[in-house]
Formats: sequence, C-alpha cells, structure tokens
Amino acid sequence: MKIEKFYNWVNDRLDLSGISNFADKKVVPVHKYHFWYGIGGITLFLYIIQVLTGILLLLYYRPTAENAFESVEFIMTSVRFGWLIRSIHSWGANLMIFFLFIHMFSTYFMKAYRKPRELTWISGAFLLILALAFGFSGYLLPWNKLAFFATKVGTEMAAVIPVIGHDVLIFLRGGEEVTGATLTRFFGFHVALLPLITALFLVIHIILIQAQGMSVPPSLSEEYEKKPKSMKFFPDFMLRDAVGWLLVLGLLGILAAIFPWELGEKADPYASAPQGIKPEWFFVFLFQTLKYIPGKILSFSGESLAIFAIAIAVVLWIFIPFLDRKGQKNLHSRTFTVIGIILVLYIIALTAISYFFD
Amino acid sequence: MVKEKTSKSGRRHFIGWSLFTGLVAFLGMLLYPVLRFIMPPKLAESSQNTVKAAKVDELSPNSAKTFPFNNKPAILIRLPNGEYRAFSAVCTHLQCTVQYREDFKMIWCACHNAKFDLNGNVSSGPPPSPLEAFDVFTSGEDILVSKKV
Repeated sequence: MKIEKFYNWVNDRLDLSGISNFADKKVVPVHKYHFWYGIGGITLFLYIIQVLTGILLLLYYRPTAENAFESVEFIMTSVRFGWLIRSIHSWGANLMIFFLFIHMFSTYFMKAYRKPRELTWISGAFLLILALAFGFSGYLLPWNKLAFFATKVGTEMAAVIPVIGHDVLIFLRGGEEVTGATLTRFFGFHVALLPLITALFLVIHIILIQAQGMSVPPSLSEEYEKKPKSMKFFPDFMLRDAVGWLLVLGLLGILAAIFPWELGEKADPYASAPQGIKPEWFFVFLFQTLKYIPGKILSFSGESLAIFAIAIAVVLWIFIPFLDRKGQKNLHSRTFTVIGIILVLYIIALTAISYFFD
Repeated sequence: MVKEKTSKSGRRHFIGWSLFTGLVAFLGMLLYPVLRFIMPPKLAESSQNTVKAAKVDELSPNSAKTFPFNNKPAILIRLPNGEYRAFSAVCTHLQCTVQYREDFKMIWCACHNAKFDLNGNVSSGPPPSPLEAFDVFTSGEDILVSKKV
C-alpha cells in the first residue's frame, strides 16, 4: 500500500507510464538454451560489486611506490573486514572475467551477434577488452613482486607495435622503466579512465539489448516461430536472475573467506624475477602461445609476428557478425561453430599445459 | 468459506513477513562489514609526556616556534624578558593552529582573529576556553616541554 502511494507520488510528477508499459511488455524467449540468457546479468552484477568494493578500497589505498604495498597490508591486517573487502575485489575481478568469457562464448555459439545485433556484439567485445585492461591495471596496484614483473613483461609487448611501439610503452609506463610513475598512471587508468569508458559502453550495450530483446538461436528459430513460448521479464525472469546473482554472491563470499587473496612480497625493481612467474590466468593462453614461437621467423622477430597475428585475430573476432554471412541470413553456420569450438579448446588446452605441465 | 479466507490471508501475511525480515537480515549482513570497514581503525598513538621543543640558543627574545607534541602542534614562546612559555597551539575555537604576534605580544589565531594573552587566556574573539599550558624547563642544551601534572 505504501509502495503504491510512493509510486503514485512519483508518477504524478514524472510520467512513468513509458517505463511501466515497457516493463510490462518485455518478455524473454523460453527454450532449451534459455539458461544462458542470465550470464550477462551475472557479469553486470559482478561489475557492480567491483565498483562498490573498489570505492571502499579507495578509502585506504595509497597509489605510490613507497606506500601502495603497505596500504594494502594495512587494509588486510588493521582495517576491520579489510581482508574481506580486498579479497572480494580480487576474487570478484576474476569471476567477472570468467563469466564474461562464458557470456561471450554462449552468445557466440547461439549466434546472437547476427543481424540486427551486430553492434551489441561489438560493444560487448569492447567491454571484454576493457575488463582485461581493468585486470591488467588493477593487478599492479598492490605493488608486489609478481605484479611488478607481470607489468614489466606486459608493457614490454607494446614495444613490438611498428613505428609507435616505443611511444606507447613510454605512455603506459610513464617512463622507460616500470616505476612509481607507472603505478600512479595505472591507478588513474583503473579508477577513473577505464570506469568512464566502461560506463559508456555498458550503457550502449544495455540499451541495445533492451531495444532489440533476446535473440533466439538460428537452430531453434524455426521451431520457436511455430510455437513461441516466452516469460515476462518483470517479475518472472528478473527473480530467476536474482537467484543467480545471489548464488554468485554466495560463491564470492565463500572464495573470499576460505581463500583470502594473498598479498605476496613487496616489489623490488632491482630484484630478480621469481621462479614460475605467470600472468593472470586469463592471459595465460596467450603467454603460453608466445613460448612456442621461435625467436626468428624468416628475418622477422617471431614474437612480433605472433603478437601481430594475435592482434589480427582479435580484430577479426570483434567483426565476426560481418564475417558470418550465413548467420546474417539467419542460417545455421557450422563453420563458425567449429571455429568457436577450436578456440575454446585451444584456450583450455594451453591454459592447462601452462599450469600442469610446464 | 470465510474461515478459509482468513487462514489464507494469514499464511500470505506470514510469508510476506518472513520474506521481509529475511531481506532486512540479509541487507544487514551485507552492510555490517561495510560500515565497520569505513570507520578507520584506531592507530596506536605515541603518547609522550615530555618532548624536546628547541635548543637553548634557538629563540631570541620576543619570538616563538611551533613544534609537534603528541601528534598535535604546540607553541614555544620566548617572552621579551627572556622567559619561556609553552601552550597547545590548537585554538579552542575551531582547531586552527595559533601563532605568536611579535607586534602586539600576544598569541593570535589567523582563522577568526582570536587573541590569547601570554598565559593562554582568551583576550578577544570567539574561543570558548584558554589554550592548554605546558611546563617548560631546560636540560643541558635543550628546552623541554611537558604536560602539567
């Protein structure tokens, strides 16, 4: 009764009929792959958690080479529940990227990128790149040994870009070497620049999804058109979504409480790289790929060629909606399904090799 | 019929009430660590009773210096007659740091034009109470300041 009163109060001042009509009419298709529609929402939920825990960490974090490590140590040992908030931020980042990959491949295999949703796919691809940039920049912030070397190696790769490579490296590092200047820069990227760009892409991505509704995979569309079955978004689908979010929150709490994220040792720019150093797991398949590339291919640097090839692959992946001609005509494109399967197996295999056999 | 209706609405009420209290408890569980987190932990303050404020020949008559005393500013004044006085330099009005004015030989707060005499008492302006006075004594080359016992 009170809620109704409040709604009427707002409605008298701002006409909410447009929103309520939209919410009333919005439906989600129901079919055997229906489950996958919830993954994007989970990713968004994890992003919100990252923003909130990130703001909390900002209350104590100090972005300088002298203080960063000590401030994270202070958060984890002296601030009440600091260990929990920091662990949730670290685990949440990893879970978010994990769910982003699942979301990307599920939309890929359901061919949700086909007309008219090409821009949704492209905006999503940029969101994935932004999330990886968040991961890369955030990794350095505790200023520990592993992060220091991961950043050194990661930024060094920028140097292979023809012509402007060195300038990009200087821009990223704030100098020739990874120093406190790099830390301050990465902090700026992590808490200001990336959130701003991400907010923009996120709004575009979500508006497109709301405007176009959920895509039904081509393999089911014929059947679906004959016998369409759907559920109302509000409240039916939303409540199901909420259950998923709650489960993820539970998982995050368990991971953060039972396996608190370690801090490691403070970075020392003049110390040797520790044994078994690896980038974060979502970069491991690329890291492993580079290990297999010979130093020289013909007269070119093998590594430069490999990085160039990876860059081309990423661009092709972003523009997949335009490459899959069959998909554009709403036909089942087996070739692209096979490409996707090969890619997933490749990522899993190289990650596994790196962790278990190397 | 009427009976069934009441029991149904009773059940509905109970479920609604359970959901609502569950939700409140859940939000409380989420908010509790956050509220504890945002309040900074108390840092162990080094509490000293005596600190070295200056060297014997450091201040000429009719001059002063500020120095840290238990993480707060304090002021050491050498009066025109050569005598030393020390006070807390935290203005009792809005916690600005006061200074010694050689021209009118008073302690002055720049923030709201408050004046204290050389005993720390309020002469004019808004401060509600005098400045806390400290004991001053010399030990060899050093001028030491300590809390009044």
